[in-house]
Amino acid sequence: MAHAAAMHEDVMLPPPSREAGAGVYNEKLGMWIFLGSEVMFFTALIGTYVILRFAHPSSWKAPGQVLNIPVTAINTFLLICSSVTMVKAFAAAQDGLQRQLRLWLLATVIIGASFVGVQVYEYTHLIEKGFVPSEGLYGSTFYTMTGFHGFHVTMGVICMMFVTARAFQGKYTKDDHRGVEVIGLYWHFVDLVWIILFTIVYLI
Amino acid sequence: MSHPDHPASPGTRPTHAHPNYILIWVFLAALTAVELSVAFLPWPKTVIILVLVGMAFWKAALVGLYYMHLRFEPKRLRILAIAPLPLFAVLVLAVITEYIW
Repeated sequence: MAHAAAMHEDVMLPPPSREAGAGVYNEKLGMWIFLGSEVMFFTALIGTYVILRFAHPSSWKAPGQVLNIPVTAINTFLLICSSVTMVKAFAAAQDGLQRQLRLWLLATVIIGASFVGVQVYEYTHLIEKGFVPSEGLYGSTFYTMTGFHGFHVTMGVICMMFVTARAFQGKYTKDDHRGVEVIGLYWHFVDLVWIILFTIVYLI
Repeated sequence: MSHPDHPASPGTRPTHAHPNYILIWVFLAALTAVELSVAFLPWPKTVIILVLVGMAFWKAALVGLYYMHLRFEPKRLRILAIAPLPLFAVLVLAVITEYIW
């Protein structure tokens, strides 16, 4: 029986790996692979947008004619601010500064939720003006791209609330703060996507 | 909170000094302000598009390199992170060229 168990272990347990892999821990590697798939997701949306826009240029209005650029510029600024608060939270976690970690994470949640709130305000006003998803190519592509991005931000805020709650429980230390880093990568990616979308959807 | 499955937890300890995150934030905000100005300049549309797209990628690169720390990550992770970008470029350039030529 003991021999059988030993044989079983020999078969089932792989030898210790000498490969360093990507040189990062699994959760971070997993997030980067997920973000790679997200790049392709948004690439599909942007590619479709480019095809439709070049094929039907008359369907699009000049920048600022329909969309409220000042409001969206404020929203863009908010998202940039949330990225800096997020990275400051990560730096605080690296330095073991618990109070700063909590404050910066809380600021990121508040600013991220504000971004979603401003987007809801923007949508409400656009729909009141008659600019709806069924308006045509302009409306459908606008709501699809910004809507999917808004969904990502909303999910990010929910995850960030979870991470913030754990930070308030003292779950992240100077030696292990993987949760903060992984949600940070997602959050910065969402900011990065908005930087591209703001330019091609609102300004061009 | 040490994890038994990850005794070393590689990647959680800082291996470099913190970049000046506030300065990068100032850059991002300034570039956004410049973008807003350029969008309404009386320049040819093609020039405006090229300038705006260039600035957007500049901002995206700042976020990726400094806020996502790609500049300080191991080479293999950097390769993994930038792997989808050529596919992005191929797809977008292919559909653009279809309408230019």
